[in-house]
This record gives sequence, structure tokens and C-alpha cells, in this order.
Amino acid sequence: MNLWNRLMCYSRRHSPWLFHMNTGSCNGCDIELIASLTPRYDAEQLGVRLEGSPRHADILCITGPVTRTAAQAVQTVYGQVCGPKAVVAIGSCPATTNVFIDSRVLVGPLNRHIPVDVFVPGCPPRPDAILQGVAKAAEILAERGNNPPAAEEKQP
Amino acid sequence: MNLTTALARLLIFPGLLFAVPAAWFFLWVERKAVAMMQQRIGPPFMQPFFDFIKLLGKTTPLRNGIDGLLMRAWPLIAVAAAAGAVGLLPVLPSSGGFAGDLILLLALLELPSICIIAAGFSSRSLFGEIGSAREAVLTVSYNIVFLLAIVSIAASQHTFRLEALAQLPATPMRHLALLAILICIPAKLHINPFSLPNAEQEIYSGPLTEYAGPELAMWELSHGLEWVATVGLVATLAVPHITLWWLGAAIFVALSFAIVLLLSVLAAATARLAIDTTVRFYWQCTLVFAVVLISSALFMRLRS
Repeated sequence: MNLWNRLMCYSRRHSPWLFHMNTGSCNGCDIELIASLTPRYDAEQLGVRLEGSPRHADILCITGPVTRTAAQAVQTVYGQVCGPKAVVAIGSCPATTNVFIDSRVLVGPLNRHIPVDVFVPGCPPRPDAILQGVAKAAEILAERGNNPPAAEEKQP
Repeated sequence: MNLTTALARLLIFPGLLFAVPAAWFFLWVERKAVAMMQQRIGPPFMQPFFDFIKLLGKTTPLRNGIDGLLMRAWPLIAVAAAAGAVGLLPVLPSSGGFAGDLILLLALLELPSICIIAAGFSSRSLFGEIGSAREAVLTVSYNIVFLLAIVSIAASQHTFRLEALAQLPATPMRHLALLAILICIPAKLHINPFSLPNAEQEIYSGPLTEYAGPELAMWELSHGLEWVATVGLVATLAVPHITLWWLGAAIFVALSFAIVLLLSVLAAATARLAIDTTVRFYWQCTLVFAVVLISSALFMRLRS
């Protein structure tokens, strides 16, 4: 691995920019994600920045059990994030659809629609758990940047 | 100024080689000051550098035709203009310069804003267009005071040459003009309370919504260089002329740092204003400055 690649790897690990997407969550996990940016947990120490546009983001943070109306939007937003990218599923809902299992308005769990890298279980998970998940996703992102997967990106 | 000194000033000092690390440093100070105001630890020292490198390594969406070409060109033009503006600053004494370089500096400082307006419209994003429209309105509002303040300094002291202006003793009118410029800088740099064009979370990221990867890295860099250029301009005009060049340089750096800190604290302490409030603020409240400054400049010219 040459110097430029090592620098790039290091930079990717230290500057994960997040895009937050709600796919029908009860707002519990969303509050906890915001709480991880507050002075008490201070995610900015890890270089985290919550971005307004998916085009700027590296890590897609998804909450909620993926309702039928949100399924298409999840795929669109996933396509809009530029590679290399990682996905963090926050809460039990995107992992298993949680208590809403067998509901007829759901098409979850999330990994039926897009590949998920890190699951952060909990209902809702604590902010420290979310930060740990984001840090792990940043490491995955750095590795993925150096060995890009064969089936890369479809742009919407 | 011959070609060699011009190139040296543009590329080495105070141009790109000095200005790019300075831009990252200013961006870090801005974020760190906000973090400390909120009792956080904040980003590590190298954060803007890591962000820049990371953005260079990202892919960009495929864009064809003239739109794609323009979207790649705007950030580069903005960076070039901002770097040129920094290169014109007379940081070192007897560094040359030419008659009328103040006018060129003002034009180069204006270019990044124009590039952002054009970039938002050429991205064809709804949020980009809203952001560009806001940026255009904002530019028209603050520029009246900003330009008139600088022009009145130059007109009252009979020169449009930056180095001569930096060496002339400061008059009370110049202090008033610097105050007016300081009021305009938050709007020029899109920081709170005038962060309307890039109003994050409100209109996504404004004109830069569709920009990704290296293009976004260039926008970040041009924003940092704008910081260096505008703060440097104020510091140049405010620093008293001292024959010891290292003392002058130290005062210059300290003053720039103080201005960045002041603006960051202002950004952390305020919330975003609505567009109509902002426009009303600049047209009604600060126009007094412009009128006072330009009339006193005319008065001083008539008297001398």
C-alpha cells in the first residue's frame, strides 16, 4: 500500500459524514442519533458531520422498519450517496422490523433492499452504541475504498 | 511587479502554498470555536485536511454534456479567484503590487459568490436554485456597504494601491470603514446569522446540494481561501505600518486569528435569520455606514 493510499485510508476513517434517513421510524432512534451529536457525546471528535445532502455523505444512517412508501426512497437515496459508502442500520426496526413484524404496510427488514454493513440493535440504541457503529462503519469504509467491490454503484 | 514575483506571490507566499494550510487552519478554528462555545471538545486539528483528502477520493455521479462540464468548472474558477485574491494581499512589506490592485482584489473576492450562484443554477436541483436565489439577494444587499466602505477608504487617501493604503496612517474614518466591512463579512462567508444560501437541513445544502467528491472538496477549499482573503484584507488595512517586518507579520497573524475567533463566536452565538430580515438589516441598518463613509470621503477629498 503506497503512501497516498495510506493517507486516503486514514482520512476516510477520520472523516465520516453522515446522512440520516427515516424509513417510518417512531422517532426514538432519530432522537438518539441527534443526541450522539450533542455536547454530551460529541461525535465531532471522530470527524462526524451530519450532512444535509446524500451526495456529500459517506455513511447512510437508516432508522425505521422500511414501510412500503419508503422502500423506493431508500434505494434512491442509497444510489445518490457517492462511493465508497457504508450503511448503518440504527435500531431494531431496520434489522428485524421489531414489534411491527408481519405488518402489511412493511416491506422490511432493510437488508432486503440495500446491503447493510453495521447493525446497531436496541429500541432505541444508546448514543454510545450508535457512535461505536459509526466508527466501525468508518473502518469498513476505509477498507472498501482501497479494494472496491466488483459491482459498484448504479447511479439513479 | 514582474512575472517571477507575481508567480511567487500567487503560488508560494501569500498565495497557494501558504494560503491552503491557512484556509484549513481557519476552517478548523471556526469549528473548534463553535465546539468550545457549546462545551464540546470538537474536531481534531487535522480535520479539514482529512475532509479534503477524503472528498478527493470519492466518486462523482456521471454527468454528461455542458451541465457536467460547468459543474466541474465552477468550483475550480472559485478556487482560482480566491487564491488570486490571497496572492494580492501585501503581507510582506515592499512586496510590490501595482496601481489599482485593490480593484482587482475586490473583483476576485466577488467571483466565488458569483460562481456559487451559477453553480446552484447549473446543478438543476430545486434546493440549489433556492440557495442560489438567496445568495444572489444576499450579495446585492451586503455588497453596497462592503464596496462603498473600501472605496471610501481608497478615495479619501487618494490611492487604489493596496500596499500604499496599508502603509498610510489609519484615520478615524478607516476604523469606521473596517467596522462596516466586519459587519459584511459574515454574509460574505455564509456563516451564522447570515448562513442563508447554504442553510444546512433547511434547504439541504443550498447551491452545493448536488456536488460530490472532488468538486465538493474544491468548494470547501474555496470557502477556506475566502476566509483567508477577506480576513487578510481587514487585517492588512487595520495593522499599523511598522518598520520591523517580523513584528508587522506577527501582528498581522494575531489580528487575523482574532477576527476569525470573533466571527466564529458570533456564528456560534446566533441563529439563522430569515432572508427578509437579513435584507432589511443590510439595506436599512448598515446603509447608514455607507452614507457616512462615502460623504466623509468626498468631504476629505474636497478639503485636501
